[in-house]
Amino acid sequence: MKEYRTISKIAGPLIFVEKTEPVGYSELVNIVLSDGTIKRGQVLDTSDEIVVVQVFETTTGIGKDSGVRFAGETIKMPVSKNMLGRILSGSGKPKDGGPEIVPEKRLDIIGAAINPYARALPEDFIQTGISTIDGTNTIVRGQKLPIFSGSGLPHNQIALQIARQSKVPGSTEEFAVVFAAMGITKEEENVFMQDFERTGALERAVVFLNLADDPAVERIITPRLALTTAEYLAFELDMHVLVILTDMTNYCEALRQIGAAREEVPGRRGYPGYMYTDLACIYERAGIIKGKKGSVTQISILTMPGDDITHPIPDLSGYITEGQIVVNRELHRKGIYPPINVLPSLSRLMNLGIGEGHTREDHKKVSDQLYAAYAEGNDLRGLVAIVGKDALSERDRMFLEFADLFEDRFVRQGADEDRSIEGTLDLSWDLLAHLPEEQLVRIDRDLIHKYHPNHRRKAEE
Amino acid sequence: MEIKKGKATKRKKGILKRISGPVVTAVNMDAHMYDVVKVGDEELMGEVIKIDGDDTIIQVYEDTSGIKPGEPVENTGLSLAVELGPGLLTSIYDGIQRPLETLVEKMGDFIERGVTAPCLNREKKWEFKPMVKKGDTVHPGTIIGEVQETNIVHRIMVPPNTPGGEIREIKSGMFTVEETVCVLKDATEITMMQRWPVRLPRPVTAKLNPDIPLITGQRILDGLFPIAKGGTAAIPGPFGSGKTVTQQALAKWSDAEIVIYIGCGERGNEMTEVLTEFPELEDPKTGKPLMERTVLIANTSNMPVAAREASVYTGITIAEYFRDMGYDVSLLADSTSRWAEAMREISSRLEEMPGEEGYPAYLAARLSEFYERAGRVETLNGTNGSVTVIGAVSPPGGDFSEPVTQNTLRIVKVFWALDSKLSQRRHFPAINWLNSYSLYIDVLSTWYDEHVSTEWNEIRTWAMEILQKEDELLEIVQLVGSDALPEEEQVTIEVARMIREIFLQQNAFDPVDTYCSMTKQYDMLKAIRGFADLAYAAQKAGVPPSQIMTVKSKNELPQIKFIKDYEPELDRIMKDLDEEFNRLRTV
Ligand SMILES: Nc1ncnc2c1ncn2[C@@H]1O[C@H](COP(=O)(O)OP(=O)(O)OP(=O)(O)O)[C@@H](O)[C@H]1O
Ligand SMILES: [Mg+2]
Repeated sequence: MKEYRTISKIAGPLIFVEKTEPVGYSELVNIVLSDGTIKRGQVLDTSDEIVVVQVFETTTGIGKDSGVRFAGETIKMPVSKNMLGRILSGSGKPKDGGPEIVPEKRLDIIGAAINPYARALPEDFIQTGISTIDGTNTIVRGQKLPIFSGSGLPHNQIALQIARQSKVPGSTEEFAVVFAAMGITKEEENVFMQDFERTGALERAVVFLNLADDPAVERIITPRLALTTAEYLAFELDMHVLVILTDMTNYCEALRQIGAAREEVPGRRGYPGYMYTDLACIYERAGIIKGKKGSVTQISILTMPGDDITHPIPDLSGYITEGQIVVNRELHRKGIYPPINVLPSLSRLMNLGIGEGHTREDHKKVSDQLYAAYAEGNDLRGLVAIVGKDALSERDRMFLEFADLFEDRFVRQGADEDRSIEGTLDLSWDLLAHLPEEQLVRIDRDLIHKYHPNHRRKAEE
Repeated sequence: MEIKKGKATKRKKGILKRISGPVVTAVNMDAHMYDVVKVGDEELMGEVIKIDGDDTIIQVYEDTSGIKPGEPVENTGLSLAVELGPGLLTSIYDGIQRPLETLVEKMGDFIERGVTAPCLNREKKWEFKPMVKKGDTVHPGTIIGEVQETNIVHRIMVPPNTPGGEIREIKSGMFTVEETVCVLKDATEITMMQRWPVRLPRPVTAKLNPDIPLITGQRILDGLFPIAKGGTAAIPGPFGSGKTVTQQALAKWSDAEIVIYIGCGERGNEMTEVLTEFPELEDPKTGKPLMERTVLIANTSNMPVAAREASVYTGITIAEYFRDMGYDVSLLADSTSRWAEAMREISSRLEEMPGEEGYPAYLAARLSEFYERAGRVETLNGTNGSVTVIGAVSPPGGDFSEPVTQNTLRIVKVFWALDSKLSQRRHFPAINWLNSYSLYIDVLSTWYDEHVSTEWNEIRTWAMEILQKEDELLEIVQLVGSDALPEEEQVTIEVARMIREIFLQQNAFDPVDTYCSMTKQYDMLKAIRGFADLAYAAQKAGVPPSQIMTVKSKNELPQIKFIKDYEPELDRIMKDLDEEFNRLRTV
C-alpha cells in the first residue's frame, strides 16, 4: 500500500493531503506517525488536487512528516458471535485485555438503509416494568426511543432499569444488549459496568466505551460500530438486540467540531446543516425485517443543554425517533423516581403494541384519560398559584388532586420495582376512580362498566 | 429510472474531478442543466445542477462512497423523468421512482446502490380497451383507451408532447406497457407508457375555480378549516404533534379518487405502516381496498438526500398524470421541510451564497413553483381533474417564524397549525382552532348549502364564535377563577368545552371515530347547539349554571363519536336533554 508524505495542512481533526493518486470518497485512511503509531481516519472530500481526511483520534503527534495510507475501501468492522461479553474501545479495539475479535464477517459501518418494503411493523409489547413507560408510553420491539434528560438527572438509572427489566411477556428470549458510550465520565461508566456485572447482563452484552477523556472525534464512529454489531446479531444471528447509546449530545458536539474545522456554513446554533440526515443514519438503524427473527430496539440517551427541548440536539432527534421519554427536573426535585414527565413524552408505536391481544383492551383509552386528566390538573396548579384554591370550582379541585395523586402513585416507583402491565392498568383505574365517573369522557361506557372499581365492586357483590 | 435511448443526442463523456458527499464535479463534459448523467464505473444516477466554466457539478442520487477522481461520467442527454402508465397504483417507489418491491427482490433487505429496475413492470400484460377508432383525429391528451388497473380505470392518453393526428391503427387486447397500441398517420407509435420530465408541469387547458371541498372525514378540517379540491394546505407543527397521523388520515379518508403519498426524509416504519394498513382498509365511498388508489413514494431520512430532493417532483408529476385522466388527486408530502433541507444541503456543498438560516436564496421560488402545480383544471382532453397538495412542515424547535414555514404560508390557502400544548394533553388532532385558517370558506359555502344543509354555514360560524369567546373568557379566568364569571359566560365556557371535546377531538385510531361523514359532523354540531340553546334558555330562566352542569345526558354526547349507527342514540340523548332541562326549569 502506497504511503504519502504530502500532508499540507492540519486543522482540528482534519488533515489535508496533496498529490495523491485517485482516492475514493469515504475511504479508510491510516496515518503512520514517526514512532510507528497508527491512527485511523476517513476521506471527507476527494479531488485530484487535495484529499481531506477526518482523523478519529487526536491529531496529537501528526505532522507533515507523518505517512498517509489509503486503504482502498470504506471502514469495515469485524463482527462475530464471540463479541458477546466483550468490552471494546470507542473505535472497536479490545479494552478488556482479551484477544482481538476473530471476524466471522467484516461489515461496512455505514449501514445501508433498510428498504421500507422489507421492514415488518414492530408490534411486540415490551414490558419495562415502569408505569410511565408501559402504561402511557408503551414501547415495542424494534422501536427507537430516546430518553431526553438533563445533566444531573437519573437517566442512567432509568436506562439500566429498562435494560434489566425489559421483557416481552410470553416470550422466553432475552435481549442481548449493545451498549455504546460516547464521552461519558469514568463514574458513569462504573455505574453501567457494575450493574451489567451484578446482573450478569455482561454475558449477553457488547460494550463500546468512549470516555470523556477519549478523543471526541472517535465518537463519530462509536455508534456506527455499535449498530453494525447490533444489526449483525439481530439480522444474521436472529437475536433480539437492545442498543443503548449514551450520550448523543456528546456525539453531536463532535459533529459540530468537525463542521467547524471544515469551515462549513453552520446551521442552527452552530450545528451542521446536515445534522438531521446524519442523526437519521444512526437512529433509523432500528427495526424488524420481514422474514428475519431478530430485531434492533434502540434507546438513546441525550442530555438537553439547558434543559431546553427546542435545542437542535433533542429537536432533531425528536423529529427522527419514534417518540421520546422526557426526564424532568421538577419531579426529580420533588424526590420522585423515575422523574418522567409523561406530558411531553410520547411513544409513537404505542398503538401497534397495545390493546387486545397485546396488553389489554382498555389500555389505549385509559392512557388517554390519564393524560387528559393529569394535563388538566397540572394546568390548574398555575392557576392556584394566582387565585388560590378557593377560587376553584369543585370540578377543578378534583383534577388538581388527581395530578398530585398521579405523580405520587403512578409516576413514583422503586428503582427495582418491576410492575406488570396489568398492575399498571389496575393502578390507573384506582386513580381514575378518584374523579367523578362522568368526567371520564375519553373512555367508552362499556370499558367503564367492565373495569371501573365501582362497577367491579358492584359486580362482585 | 429508465431513460429512453435513441432520442437523445450522445454527448461527450466527462471525467470526475472531485467527490464531496452527494455532490461531485466533473470536467471535460458536454452538459446542459438538469441532464441525467451516470457517474463513475458503477454508473450511479445523477443530475447536472450547476455549470461553472469547465466544471460540471452533479448531484448524485446514490451513495458516493468509494468513487474516485478520474472515473468517467456519461451524459444521457435526457432530463430526470418518470414513467407513467398502468402499474403505478399500489406501487412504492423511492425518490427517483425505483420500485422498492423489485429492489428487495434484486438486492435484498437493504438498499444498495448501482442497481436499477424499470419503474413500470415490462412483462405484465394489461387489457387495453380502445376508446377511439381508426380515422379519428386525436390531440395531445386525448384519451385513446382504458385499462382496468385496479378498481380504478387507467385512461391511456396521447402524451402531451406528441402532436397527435389521424389514427391509422388502433389495437385492442392484452399488451405490455412498451407495446404499441395505437399508430398515427405520421407513423407516431403510442404505447400505454409515457415519460415526463419531473421538473416540468404537465400542460392543462385552463385552471378552474376550486369550489368543491375535499371531504376528509376529519371534523376540525371539514367543519372549521376546509380545503377545496385542487387547493393547497400546510400542516406545520413540532415533532410529535400529529403531522403524519393527519396526513395518513387524509390519505385514508379524503374523497379523492387517487392518493399520492410522499414520505420525504421521514421514518422507514411510517411507510411500512402505510404499506401494511392500506390494503386492509376500505375506501368509505367505494368499499374497495384503499391501496388500490394509492401510489407511495418513500425516500426515508437515511436514504440519499439528492433523491429526497427529487421525490416531491416525482410525486407531483405522477399526481398530474392522474389528474389529466380527469381524476381528483390528493398529494400528501411529509415533510416539505426535509425537502427544503435537502436543497440546503446540496446548496451548501455548491458553496452557494446562503440565504436565511442557510437555505438557498431560491427556496421561496421552489416552494411556490411546487404548490403552483396544484389546482382544479380543465385537462387537455376536456375532462375536469384536480391535484390537491397538502404539505407537512417541520419547523425547528416548533417555531413557525422560520423560513420554510413562513415561505409556505405565503403560498398556501389553508393553514392547519399543530400545537404541542394540545398534543401533550392528547387533544387530537392537535390543530389549534384559533391560529388555523382556510381561505376557501367563502367559495365553498354554496356547496355546503346544497349538499349538507342551508344551516351549515351559520352553525359553523356560531361554533367558531364560541371558541373565540372562550379564549377571551379563559384569560379572565386565569386572573379571577371561573366562579367569578357572569353566569351566561359560565355556560359559554361549558359549551365551548363540549365543542372541543366532542366535536374537535377525534381519535384517528378508533375504528369508528377515525372517519366522520359530513352528515354526522352536522348532526354532532347541531346537537351541541341544541344543548347550548337549552342551557342559555335555562340560565335566563334563572337556573344556576352549577345546576346546568349536572345535566346527566350531556355526558353521553361524547359517546356518539364511537357509535357507527348513531342516530337512534343521538335522538334519545336529545330527548333526555329536553326532559332534564324541563325538570330543571320547573324545580
Ligand atoms: N388524530 C390523532 N388521534 C390520535 N392520536 C394522534 C392523532 N394525531 C397524533 N396522534 C398521536 O401523536 C403521535 C405523533 O403524531 P405524528 O407521528 O403524526 O407526529 P408528527 O407531527 O408527524 O411528528 P414528526 O415531525 O416527528 O414526524 C402519534 O403517534 C399518535 O400517538
Ligand atoms: Mg411525522
